[in-house]
Amino acid sequence: MEHFFMLLQDYTFQTVALGSALLGIISGVLGSFAVLKKQSLLGDGVSHAALPGVVMAFLLTGSKNTEVLLLGALLTGLAATFLILSIVRNTRLKFDSALALVMSVFFGLGMVLLTYSQKVPNANQAGLKRFIYGQASTLLERDVLLMAGCGVVLLGLVIVFWKEFKLFSFDPEFAETIGFQTKWLNALLSTLIVIAIIIGLQTVGVVLMSAMLITPAVAARQWSNRLWVMVLLASIFGAVSGVAGTFFSSVYTNLPTGPVIVVCITIIAVISLLFAPERGIMLQIHRRHKNQVRFGVERRKI
Amino acid sequence: MAGLEIQLIAVIVSVACALPGTFLVLRKMSMMSDSITHTILLGIVLAFFITQDLSSPFLIVGAAAIGVVTVWLTETITKTGLVSEDSAIGIVFPLLFSIAIILITRYAGSVHLDTDSVLLGELAFAPFDRMIVFGKDIGARAIYTSGFLLLLNVGGILLCYKELKVATFDPMLAAVLGFSPALLHYGLMTMISLTAVGAFEAVGSVLVVAFMIGPPATAYLLTDDLKKMLFLSAVFGAASGILGYQLASILDVSIAGCMAVITGLLFFITSLLAPHRGILAVWMRKRRQRKEFTEVTLLLHICNHGDTPEVQEENGVNSLTNHLHLEPRKLRRSLHSLIEKGEVKRCGSLYVATDIGMRRAEETERTLLNTQ
Amino acid sequence: MRGGFDMKESVYAVEVHDLTVAYDVKPVLWDIDLEIPSGKLAAVVGPNGAGKTTLIKAMLGLLKPVSGAVRFGNIPDEKHRKNRIAYVPQSGSVDWDFPATALDVVMMGRYGHLGWFRRPGKIERQMAYDTLEKVGMRDFASRQISQLSGGQQQRVFLARALIQQADIYFMDEPFKGVDAQTEKSIVRLLKELKRQGKTVIVVHHDLQTVADYFDWVTLINLRVVANGPVEAVFHEKNLSMAYGGRGLLLKGVV
Repeated sequence: MEHFFMLLQDYTFQTVALGSALLGIISGVLGSFAVLKKQSLLGDGVSHAALPGVVMAFLLTGSKNTEVLLLGALLTGLAATFLILSIVRNTRLKFDSALALVMSVFFGLGMVLLTYSQKVPNANQAGLKRFIYGQASTLLERDVLLMAGCGVVLLGLVIVFWKEFKLFSFDPEFAETIGFQTKWLNALLSTLIVIAIIIGLQTVGVVLMSAMLITPAVAARQWSNRLWVMVLLASIFGAVSGVAGTFFSSVYTNLPTGPVIVVCITIIAVISLLFAPERGIMLQIHRRHKNQVRFGVERRKI
Repeated sequence: MAGLEIQLIAVIVSVACALPGTFLVLRKMSMMSDSITHTILLGIVLAFFITQDLSSPFLIVGAAAIGVVTVWLTETITKTGLVSEDSAIGIVFPLLFSIAIILITRYAGSVHLDTDSVLLGELAFAPFDRMIVFGKDIGARAIYTSGFLLLLNVGGILLCYKELKVATFDPMLAAVLGFSPALLHYGLMTMISLTAVGAFEAVGSVLVVAFMIGPPATAYLLTDDLKKMLFLSAVFGAASGILGYQLASILDVSIAGCMAVITGLLFFITSLLAPHRGILAVWMRKRRQRKEFTEVTLLLHICNHGDTPEVQEENGVNSLTNHLHLEPRKLRRSLHSLIEKGEVKRCGSLYVATDIGMRRAEETERTLLNTQ
Repeated sequence: MRGGFDMKESVYAVEVHDLTVAYDVKPVLWDIDLEIPSGKLAAVVGPNGAGKTTLIKAMLGLLKPVSGAVRFGNIPDEKHRKNRIAYVPQSGSVDWDFPATALDVVMMGRYGHLGWFRRPGKIERQMAYDTLEKVGMRDFASRQISQLSGGQQQRVFLARALIQQADIYFMDEPFKGVDAQTEKSIVRLLKELKRQGKTVIVVHHDLQTVADYFDWVTLINLRVVANGPVEAVFHEKNLSMAYGGRGLLLKGVV
């Protein structure tokens, strides 16, 4: 118990926990929209496509400041999104193939650049790989401040455009007929989602980012039929698993933070899928069972 | 010598990936390859805990089993109707991958099983691992493992070609004919898992996706024929293996990375220049058709308003331009071309259709209504 | 001035002039000219693939035509259009599992009036309840939309259009897949709209009911076959022309 309170006062723990919680909130909110727009896996593509951006930013500036590297990631992430959508528009390939192709090719480019950067004299590229695997424990105070700043802007924009995003995610054609410029709304919402993904890379890495985006939203959807409740719950679930993941990985040695966060959020999702009122699987089974019993009784009567 | 061996491995691996990948692209399941290539790590780890031997063939069995489990889990979650298919993929594979990473960092820290080699791979090291038979070095081990994989894939596809084809294009028909689509589906997924296991050591799991999806996607732009598509996929796969290696040795960078980049470039060039479906070809065809289309629209307009009371207003030399709301320059060009062909003539202050023009209009009508 | 219309007060709700629409280069509508007078209940009728949905989408500006122009009676320009035109799309075009209740969907009908940034408030909520009452769905206001039957869903989307308080209503097959009771109540609403002087343009499938429900009919198949009051143009000869597919492109030639 004493150990527990000591941990809570530990500065590193506070920093990492705060960072993970922020990430949980941001990805929970924007992930909800990604899932509702049926673009869940775009997050996976964007996060892989961020790698060449990170390395390029490093090669060009020589800086390893998080904001410089993330800016590079943002640029290639957006470029990949654009490429995927234009492949779908201009060729016969479907979304899934375009996504898989672009993300793996971008990642390959990232590998090429990474091996290239290892040869550049005097360039200490160590630490770039933290964007592939994510290393929450390397989060610094300034990283968390950066996340907080981005978070405030992102969430602020979601609040300001709430009505428009809701309408657009639900029925873009109708939004167009009542006079909203859906092309701009789409670009704005996609950009916000891409930024949310990029922010999370440092904490959970390329592979696990898609879980941070999708899983809280899916869990939250089971509990409510209202969009704002869903978004709020998703951010809470995200934040809780962020803190819980940080906690467990601090208490036990050799427990990587990112994967533990993902396990936590998936546990929440599984509980939600099983036990949520109205939609939960348990309830579905119960209903089916009840129906069978009833039909059984009626059949016997006949 | 090492260079040749590496290229050989690169070609074998790419072709082995491209063949089953063709079916993934056609079945719109490309992202499943991304999912499986990540989760096999868990299979490898679990099998390693049981056998305690990194070279045990059970590692491959374990990985393939987890690949199939991944597919099954994803489908089970989708079937509840609570989660869309893409979300289900995005929930399942990060979870299994996370568990694998946790197990590795916690228990296998001392063993040479690091995530780097799984996720990223390194082809350049492949020749150091030799295949020794009766004390004789008969080449790099990877040649044999990937060669076996290639034979397996080719054999599997040849054996079930007809069934796979039917199940891919018409699952209902396949079921009616008595080939269980589920069985074929899981068979294919097993093949994908095995391929991913065999390939990740050389190229890393993320780039396996590039070799599974890139060449078939490129081939898909060139043909509709399944046999040709399989053949072209293999050719593109082999080409990216060789070109990728050459590029990597010039720049002295990651071989697998270069192969993926070449795959992307091949796709990009093909998407621009492909003879029928290429962006350039489509653009030119559309331009030509649009021109013809404008002409016929104009011709029909002139025919239709020829004997109506508003003819002066509709077809007048000065007012026609106002009526079709076409770009004036485009309209003048089409009108000019119609007059040149003798299908429209100027008659006082009116444009009228000639007999030739009328015939063309009738012709158009017939073909249009037939194609409906 | 946009395309050939005079600016004097119009008796038409919609005027379409020389409209050609094509997907890629395959024409779906060819050189369409038609007018629908204000205050009519108009049916757009034609065989499958005749371009009925395309016609109303092009009228609404959701599709860009190859040539031609559309004018809405007395609505001067695009900017004023949005609150005076309402559209009920064909059912099944949205994600039914979206976390939205019937009330949410109906309130979305007010978003155009609110414009950017302004939130729906008490007034909008009350309007939404009232409109749901009008379509007989007041008791289902807090139901998630996938928990409604096909007919109920259709009524919710109808309510979303009604709450827009538009002058012209476009509906794409509102009777498709609904029960008899819903069909009756939709017809009642259509007549009510007509009484209020609104124009309603409906893509319709069932030839049997055209004469009962509507007073204006537009028969199309790639081109306009006939356009006028039901009693004048809705007869055997025009129908066989629309559905038989002969003599359409060239009036009086074939």
